[in-house]
Order: sequence, then structure tokens, then C-alpha cells
Amino acid sequence: MTEKSAETLSVTVEREIAHAPEKIWRALTQPHLIAEWLMKNDFSPVVGNRFSLRADWGSVDCQILEIEANKKLIYTWNAMGLESVVTWTLTPSIRGTQLRMEQVGFRPDQRQAYQGARAGWPRFFSAMEQLLERVD
Amino acid sequence: MPNNDDLLFKTLADPTRRGIFESLCRNGEQTVKALTVQARVSQPAVSKHLGVLKQAGLVSDRHEGRQTHYSARRAALAPLTDWTSQMNNFWQSRFDDLEDLLKRMDQ
Repeated sequence: MTEKSAETLSVTVEREIAHAPEKIWRALTQPHLIAEWLMKNDFSPVVGNRFSLRADWGSVDCQILEIEANKKLIYTWNAMGLESVVTWTLTPSIRGTQLRMEQVGFRPDQRQAYQGARAGWPRFFSAMEQLLERVD
Repeated sequence: MPNNDDLLFKTLADPTRRGIFESLCRNGEQTVKALTVQARVSQPAVSKHLGVLKQAGLVSDRHEGRQTHYSARRAALAPLTDWTSQMNNFWQSRFDDLEDLLKRMDQ
């Protein structure tokens, strides 16, 4: 983990999926399909459009930064007042598609705010954090 | 790892259990009897909660004579308090659901 030294934090998940990029693209960009694997939403595939993702623990505000059909989708991911950017990349592969998700955000100074703002998550997060602060 | 996190979530979602864990973090090693006084539930109930906490790796126990002493294992919380591993777990499980959806979708 490079999170202590780096300016940004990032999470990357990459998988080869046995489906064509076009099909995966639909799942990433059609609201009723997004709802099935991510969260309820009002997504519409237009650059600049804002949408929100809603779950029972809260919501995530997003804005589309870049769309390249069947290849790339980038949107901001703003939860609890802090912003990160989620980039989806679809690359055709022998088995189907190499699907990559990279989420980058939070400079170290923002991490502090993030730690404080996390009360919006399931309640025990904040309870546990307070606890850890007291114990240390 | 997602399953392990689910277990931590479920274990700590119960307020009584969370209270017991918190007391062990704050006050160090304690017996069931001492914990029962604070928890305001019966001793068998406290024992049961401790069993669940132990299963989730959140507490460890030490036998001394007829007494069992419990202590908190705070390291078990690390996956929940680290943003990177939290988001990694989140996306891994979203990818699982995405793959399930793709199997159900028409070509």
C-alpha cells in the first residue's frame, strides 16, 4: 500500500470477464441494469450530467467526466463531502473483456476530513472510530 | 475477505455486543462477570455475545482457574477502518454482482 506516501489513494479492481465489451457497457450505463449490481440511480450517459447512487446507508453524488462507448467511462464519486474519480476501462480480450475499475481520490489532508465525515456510513463505523481514537 | 468483513459488520451491528467489545477495548482484559455488570443483560447472554465476538476474531480468551478472561483484538478491525481495503472489498463484491447480472442478460 502506498497510501501513506502518495498524494492520492487509489483502488484498482481488474477482471477478465467472459462477455463482450458491448454487453458489459450496457450493464455499466443503463440505469435499470446499474441498479442490479451497483445501486439505485438516475444515470444518463451524457458528459457533464450529474446522477446519484442511492443505498440504504446513504448516497453517492456523481458527475460524468468522460464517455467513450464500449471503451471508457469516467465519473466523479462524491460521498460524504469528499470526491474521488472512478474510471472504467474495457479492453477486448481472448475470453471476452478485460474490465478495470480504478478509483482515485483523497489527498492526505482530505483523508483527515474523510475520517471525520464517515459518520454517514453504517453507524458502527463512527462508533468504532471514536473508540479507536480513545484507546490509542 | 468480503465474507470476513460481512462477519465483522454483522457482529458489531448488535449494540450489546458492540458495548462489550468497547468495554474490553477501553478497560482491558475482563471476566464474564465483570462484563455482565456493565452490559445490563444476563451472564449467559454475555457469554453468548462473547462467543460470537470470538468467532469473528474480535476477542480472545484466556483461562485461569475457573475464570475465563476476555480481551479485545483490535487488529481485527483493521479491514473496516482502512479506506483502501474497504473500497477494494466494496468493488470486488460489485464485480461479483456485475458478473452475475451479465450471465442473466441477453447477448
